[in-house]
This record gives sequence, structure tokens and C-alpha cells, in this order.
Amino acid sequence: MKIIVCLKQVPKNDSILRINEQGTWIQDRDLTYEINESDAYGLEAALQLKEKHGGEVVALSLGPARAQSVIKEALARGADRGIHLEDAAFNNLDAFGVATAIAAAAKAEGFDLLLTGLQSDDFGFAQTGVIAAELLGLPHATIVMDVESQDGRIRVKRELESGFFQWVSMPAPAVLTIQSGINTLRYATLKGIMAAKKKEIKKFDAAALGIDPVQLAPKMEFRSVYLPVKNKQTQFIEGSPSEIATKLIEKLKNEARVF
Amino acid sequence: MANGILVFIEHVDGKINRASYEAVRAAQLIGAQTGQEISAVVFGQSVGNVAAEVATKKIKTVYTVESAWLKHYTADGYTHAFKQVVEQTQPALALMTHTYEVRDFAPKLAASMKRMLLGDNVGHRVEDGKVVFTRQIFQGKLAADVVPVGDAPHFASFQLGSFRGDECEAGQAAVQALTVNLDADVVRQQPEERFKEAKAAVDLTQAPLIVSVGRGIKEEKNIEIVKKLAHAMGAELAASRPICDNEWLPMDRQIGSSGQTVAPKLYLAVGISGAIQHIVGMKGARTIVAINKDAEAPIFEIADYGVVGDLFEIVPALTAEAEKMRH
Repeated sequence: MKIIVCLKQVPKNDSILRINEQGTWIQDRDLTYEINESDAYGLEAALQLKEKHGGEVVALSLGPARAQSVIKEALARGADRGIHLEDAAFNNLDAFGVATAIAAAAKAEGFDLLLTGLQSDDFGFAQTGVIAAELLGLPHATIVMDVESQDGRIRVKRELESGFFQWVSMPAPAVLTIQSGINTLRYATLKGIMAAKKKEIKKFDAAALGIDPVQLAPKMEFRSVYLPVKNKQTQFIEGSPSEIATKLIEKLKNEARVF
Repeated sequence: MANGILVFIEHVDGKINRASYEAVRAAQLIGAQTGQEISAVVFGQSVGNVAAEVATKKIKTVYTVESAWLKHYTADGYTHAFKQVVEQTQPALALMTHTYEVRDFAPKLAASMKRMLLGDNVGHRVEDGKVVFTRQIFQGKLAADVVPVGDAPHFASFQLGSFRGDECEAGQAAVQALTVNLDADVVRQQPEERFKEAKAAVDLTQAPLIVSVGRGIKEEKNIEIVKKLAHAMGAELAASRPICDNEWLPMDRQIGSSGQTVAPKLYLAVGISGAIQHIVGMKGARTIVAINKDAEAPIFEIADYGVVGDLFEIVPALTAEAEKMRH
């Protein structure tokens, strides 16, 4: 089985975010980065499928030079090869633009499965994989909890609302978006880190992928970014733990009247 | 010229997903703000009863799209059918509630028409006759105003709870059948029966008081202190997703988009940051209390009472106070 896993490099979860002066995005100096959470579960799912069926896992990331560290981490965990999509034209793309680049790279590479995480921890659109499937003309499934492969068909367990699940099958090649928390992530061993140094990372820019900048034109625009406007007035309760406890219970009893 | 707002009505085997009425309400408001008519569309094999129920809302036309290929939901089937409906009815905006089903097909639908879904919006306003959507980024830590680029049709969805479905204006819609072309080449997914895994031992939707625990608890053995608090308050115990993924608590305790959605009198969130997937499951609670050591945690945006501090000190103190109250 040949599996391409898409990994996005995102600001670390506990990052302090500062909005830039124009109010159009966050400032990225002083930020540290990590692999997007659900993408890491996609990588683990791919590695487990490779252990079961044989084949290879290719780690792909679109981003500036620093995105290489995400690919290297994937290689250290067991991916066989890397693909880095880097181009000035790839900065600040919307999900449609990113999916366009990923689809072009994946199509050239060939695959049985193309995996992305369910959504990114920064934008949270949850669309890149689905759009890539459409651009590639391939079937897809989202919010995937489990993947089975047999005779060129893929069968996946999808998570639904309210505790429901559903198995769905479709022909390969297919595109899947993977839910977080579905498996236990393996981390890179020292042996893996050393082995990763010898693994190939191919680099592509827009021209190498045959992408015309027009294809990357935005389909949506961030007008402004700001601190959320609070609709609620939160009463913060302070003091020692026992003072807090007394005040809170009193308020819940007499003000909010929940008891 | 493209005009009007088309609302997607979701159902499973003829049972309407009531979240769809939130999109109807959004369309009614936006329609009034922009001077546009609204319509709705239902897909399935036999959807007359669904259409009839939706037609009791103030909507101009409810379109029915019936086909054997739409008997069960598939991303391919719904996308291809919806695209043909958009081409036939030419709306300016297709509007949906951001459910798991919409996440599965709406991005594909928009992409098939060279557009992008503006998904999971929490608000909107109208500026110069155009809709500006507001959505959350960085898991709720920041907000962003977004607009589509390019011509209509545009595609957008609202987060669960952004509008009140029970506030839809009543009316009398016309019901009109539309025909679409679908076949085996187009519909590639083969879905099996939906199922629940664990038989739910507790129905959290009926609990008036809920104490919920999240990642801040750090270890499984620490959950005991939150259990004690719940017991002292006479509340049911619930959890955010990571706690159930780790199997520290069973799945029927999970609150959030993939677990239960609750609206109790009291929701006390202990060590829960307030990621969107959790918030959508509990933001309807009458009184929300949050205890978290991070003052920036998004949970505080929806909390009525907040405690920024160490839960390992505060929870036991609260338990002692709650026990005093009950005796």
C-alpha cells in the first residue's frame, strides 16, 4: 500500500497569540511550532497500515522552510520518504489553494490512500482533504476512526454525532480525513532519528507541480482577526481555595439558583 | 442572476435533524436583512413528510430531490444532487448548519463549483448588502471576519447553537420536486447501518446538574476528586473527549460534537479548555462555571462564573463546601 500523509505545521497549542498591527493575522515571531494534532494521528494510522499491509508511507507538508521539521519528525517516526511543497506562492493560501497544491503533488506521486487530519488547530476549516479529493476526482470519507483495506477497496469507520458510528466502503485510491485520539501515537526513537537523516525529502515549487498561480487565487478572505467579543459577563471568583468555594456555592445557590 | 438563500435540510430516514432549523432561522434573518427570498432543499428517496414539516416555516419553496441513489446519505450522492439543484435554482447563498454530515459533503460541493465553503461560522453581519461571517480560529482563542471571494453562489454553514431553530417564523411554503441525474459511477461510497457502540448507561441529557472533567486532570487516578465533587453536588459526571479517548471514563460520559449535547441547569467544567468541539455540546447550559489554571482558556468566554486557579486545590474545597450545604 502506498500512503501519502499530509502534515501541517501549526503554532504550538499553548502559544500566546498576538494579533498584528493591521489586525489581519497573528504575529509569527516568537512562535514555536508542532505537527497539527489530527495529522499526527493520520501519520500513526498510515504507519499501522504499512505494518499490516506492507508498502510505503510518504510524509507531505506544504509550508515555508520550517515545515521541513514536521517532515523530519514523520520520517523519524517511520515514514519512508518526504515531500516538501515550498513556494512564495504557497504562503497564506486558503484551504482550496493548499488542496490544489497537495492534489497536484499527490497525483504526480501516485497513491492508494491520501490522508489528512480532520482539521487544523489554527484555521480549523476541516476542508483541505475533502477539497483535494474533489480536485483529484476521488472518493473520500471524513472523521475516520479506523481503516481497513482489502482487494483495492477501503472500508472506514466514520464517527457520527451522539455516539453513533458507521462503516463506509469505497474503491481505492481514496482520500480520508482522520480524527484525533483514535490510536496511540508512537514517538521517534533515537534509531529512528538517525535513520531519518538518510531518507529522501523531495522539494517542489508551484512551477515543478505545473500549477499556474491563477489556480491558487483565493476563494475566501480573512477581513480581520480580533479577540473574541464576549457576550457573557463572567464573574471571576477569587481568594483562597476555601474562600472561592464558599463564594461560588453561595452564588450558585442564591444568585444562579441551580440547587 | 443568482438570488436567494437555499437552506439544506438534513434528515436520517425521514427524521429531521432539528439542527437544520437553525439554518432556516439564519436564512430568515439574513433574507430579511438582504431582501432575499429563502428556499429549502431535502434529499432522499421518499421525503414528502420531511418536506411537509419544513413547509410549515416561513419559506418560499421547499424543494424535494428524490432518488434511489439518495436513499442513504453519501458524500458523492449529496454533492452531485446538490450541485444540480444549485444550477437549477440559482441561489446566491447555500446555507447549512455545521453538522458532521455537512462537514463531509459541503466542502466537496463548494469545490465542485470552484468555491470554498465558509464553514462553522458563529455569527454574521450585513455590510453594503453583503454578508460578512464571523468564525473562530485557533480553537476559539481568536475570532475572524471572513468573506467569500468571487461571484455567487456562495456556500456557508453556521455552528450548532448560533441560531435558535425554535425561533423560526411560521409560514406556508410551496413544495416542488426537482430531478437530478445520479448513477453508480457517480456514487462511489457504500455506507452500512449506523450503530452505537456502548449501550448508554447514563443519559446525560436528562441530568439537571453536570460536573465535567477535562485534560487538566492530568491522570486517571485524579478523576476521583471530581467524582467526589459531582457526588457532593448531586450532579452527574461528564467528560471532554480526550478523557474518553483514554478510556478514563466511558463514552456515554462524553460531551461534545461527537458525544452528548446537554443543556443542564448547571455545567461545571473542571480542567476543560473549551475547544469548539466540546463547547458545542454544552453552551446551551443555563449556568456555566469554569475552573482552569489558564486565564486565556476559551471556556471563560462562555462561563457565567470563572475560577482561574489550581483545580487540585479548588475542587476539594468546593466538595467540602457542597457537602456542608447538603447537610
